Amino acid sequence: MRRTPLFEQHAELGAKIVPFAGWEMPVLYEGIKEEHAAVRTHVGVFDVSHMGEVEVEGPGALEFLQLVLSNDVAKVAVGGAQYSCLCNESGGVIDDLFAYRLGTDRFLIVTNAANHETDLQWLGRWSREYDVAVRDVADRYAMLAVQGPHAREVVAATLEIDLPERFHVIAQNVGRRPALICGTGYTGEDGVEMLIDPEVSVPIFKELLLAGVVPCGLGARDTLRLEVCYPLHGHELTPERNPIEAELGWCCKEATGFLGSPAVASARAEGTAERLAPFTIEGAGIPRDGNPVLGERGEHVGVVTSGTFAPSLELGAGMAYVRSDLAEPDTAVEIDVRGKHRAARIASRPLYRKRS
Amino acid sequence: MAEATYPEDLRYHDQHDWVRVEGDSATFGITWYAQDTLGEVVFFEPPEPGTTLSKDQPYAEVESVKAVSDVIAPMSGEVTEVNDALTDSPERINEDPYGEGWLVKVTLSHPEEAEALLSAAEYQKLLDR
Repeated sequence: MRRTPLFEQHAELGAKIVPFAGWEMPVLYEGIKEEHAAVRTHVGVFDVSHMGEVEVEGPGALEFLQLVLSNDVAKVAVGGAQYSCLCNESGGVIDDLFAYRLGTDRFLIVTNAANHETDLQWLGRWSREYDVAVRDVADRYAMLAVQGPHAREVVAATLEIDLPERFHVIAQNVGRRPALICGTGYTGEDGVEMLIDPEVSVPIFKELLLAGVVPCGLGARDTLRLEVCYPLHGHELTPERNPIEAELGWCCKEATGFLGSPAVASARAEGTAERLAPFTIEGAGIPRDGNPVLGERGEHVGVVTSGTFAPSLELGAGMAYVRSDLAEPDTAVEIDVRGKHRAARIASRPLYRKRS
Repeated sequence: MAEATYPEDLRYHDQHDWVRVEGDSATFGITWYAQDTLGEVVFFEPPEPGTTLSKDQPYAEVESVKAVSDVIAPMSGEVTEVNDALTDSPERINEDPYGEGWLVKVTLSHPEEAEALLSAAEYQKLLDR
């Protein structure tokens, strides 16, 4: 089990620690509901140092990333950020990730912890034909996500740094060490993700807490992302599912000819048997991953990929792959929650909309 | 409640339930340790009144945001009343596990089963292991 540079801080704060993708991570400190509410109404900080970083650099960097990433990487200017899928040749999703353009020929990719090694191997394998270096730089960074309606003002005032626009990245010193400040997040709230030197991560984390930022664990991270229908690899996204059925067609630009693009193009043209859809439970009950989805005659029409109690909605909610003809908002379905059939309704995205 | 508490006047089951025995009837709930381990309870699925409970068998579910847990019957009997207030305020199980967070009232079919349950001191010894 690996530990982030902030492990001792989490332990001192009384966090409940759980194994996650080979890391010992805080799942909660005071409670998931409180932490969830802090991010929706104020500001919270997540230690996401378990996430991986891969640097792609060289004259062939752009051409190489056009091959492996589903989005049109050429559209990203220096200082920009873009979401993509990493697809296999069948169009299945190996990982989903953000690519940050740090220079004309230099990109940083942030991977999911569970997929970091797989991604590295995949990128290494396909990079051989290109004039490009693929480097594992995960040990170079600690990562803090500061999220919430007050995230920007608190970060700017506490750390005295410049803040990027949404989907942009600024390279600058934080704690007198080189860092990357990214205008991205996984909560549906405004905020930044900071890639900082592990050596200064403890004082930076402490400064944020002193400024009133609430430490938040992976539990709240999961409920927050689920309410805004962001997919989680290993749940909504797998190498067996393509981005079209996952409703990620918007980040796939088949014209670039990326790996898997023929399969993605045909899924887009012909439609898929199932589609990912958010849903809410109508009355009592909390759906959980793996629960069957049932049609009006009790027939099996899908499966829940993520289910939880949604704190902002105050009801059971989730996402499920369901037969495509049923994946429309307002369709009535049932979720088989450990043998109890719970009335549910397919919803439109997002389940929770940020207060403006 | 923030501090671990195990009232002396209750009997305990090793699956983290408590029982308040009053003659042939009893009140069941989950212990401070159980609610603390589970975290904030967001849903309680009670049995129907009239349901027959068998000692050591699950009879209800409590759910936190991320987890679901069976509640094990500490004694056998028939449910006479369920704590309906928990439908709207399941957090009472966290706030007051031995008071307003009680789960069900039961007419005991085998009151002698109480003798096999643990005292507060014995239960705490079990937790310390």
